[in-house]
Amino acid sequence: MESDQQGSLSGEIFEEYAVLSVDELSRLCAVDRTYIVELVEEGVLNIVELDAGVVQVDASVWRFPGSALRRARTALRLQRDLEINLPGVALALELLEELEELRRELKVGR
Amino acid sequence: MEFKDYYKVMGVARDATEAQIKQAYRKLARKYHPDVSKEKDAEARFKELGEAYEVLKSPEKRAAYDQLGQGPRPGENFTPPPDWGAGFEFSGAGNADYSDFFESLFGAAGGRGRRSQRGFDTGRGGAERGQDHHAKIMLDLEASLHGGPRTFTLRVPEIDAQGRLVSKDRVLNVQVPKGILPGQTIRLAAQGASAGAEGTAGDLFIEVEFQPHALYRVDGRDLYLELPVAPWEAALGATVKTPTPGGAVDLKIPVGSHAGTKLRLKGRGIPASTPGDFYVVLQIALPAASDEQAKAAYRAMADALPFNPRASLGV
Repeated sequence: MESDQQGSLSGEIFEEYAVLSVDELSRLCAVDRTYIVELVEEGVLNIVELDAGVVQVDASVWRFPGSALRRARTALRLQRDLEINLPGVALALELLEELEELRRELKVGR
Repeated sequence: MEFKDYYKVMGVARDATEAQIKQAYRKLARKYHPDVSKEKDAEARFKELGEAYEVLKSPEKRAAYDQLGQGPRPGENFTPPPDWGAGFEFSGAGNADYSDFFESLFGAAGGRGRRSQRGFDTGRGGAERGQDHHAKIMLDLEASLHGGPRTFTLRVPEIDAQGRLVSKDRVLNVQVPKGILPGQTIRLAAQGASAGAEGTAGDLFIEVEFQPHALYRVDGRDLYLELPVAPWEAALGATVKTPTPGGAVDLKIPVGSHAGTKLRLKGRGIPASTPGDFYVVLQIALPAASDEQAKAAYRAMADALPFNPRASLGV
């Protein structure tokens, strides 16, 4: 960050290639891994199913899609800023998604 | 410097109890939380609110703040009195991004234990890897449709040589990946905080949202356009010019179209291995009956067409 102006940077779309382990995700969110495990247990974060129907109990084999990063960060912000507990965060996220969906339909259907 | 009326920000009386202040904060925080609110200035309001609460929830800071009295009228220039803060001890400020007003009273939060603007951005085990930075940008739809360079200015909080927290503008030229959608993230490797000579820099994550487009609405990878057509174009069919992301095209309106008829141009939405579609939704535009000739034409139509548009309503 020494230079203010720099040449053109290219990056990829994170969500399209990233597959994250629980440790990677917790590092990217700068939280303890137990917090990520709690988000999974609460159903806020979904893991990629390696074998359909097989429940992976061991968190170290979990894999998350790249979209989990933004979702986890939003959950963290809501929890911290509004002091709501995990079930509350899960509910808020679901309602926010529903709201987003309705807003989109409203615009498209007009 | 602008004087900030923290009581007004929180909408509480100057003699509000701690419980009332907490309640007001909770209520407004839910309303203006940037993840919840769609209001344009939500982020700024939320920040201002956090700052006001930081002062009013702490008996020491509140008492010190109250000493200022009403201050000058809001918006007027403000300078802290010379004996400001004597006898009060401030510690444990929690947020980096305070206003100048706040910092002139309570100081920029010291380096230790301070969280960055988003709180949990603080990296861990910092020696070998700099912390990741996160930013949010508004992108024009065209950037996603065609890809290409865009310039963004990000505000980056930094600690300067005197240990003060300053905000620095950082200009970034980014090649926007073609086909990126709202809610997705561009990751720029090693563009986060540096980690000193030894380590690797953190990454910069740029969350993308779209600016509203003048013509098109976005739904996933699909785009929607409302296209006005004349009644006779809809009824008799026509070929009309329509804008599309790839440029204007001649679009065939089928005979017997009506308001709401949806025409699909396959694969002309947002690009991807399976690109989105482009939908044209017809709207019937009526010519104004502004002169005698137009009125005569409408009367002729009324005479010629036995038509009850309310037949389905049973009247």
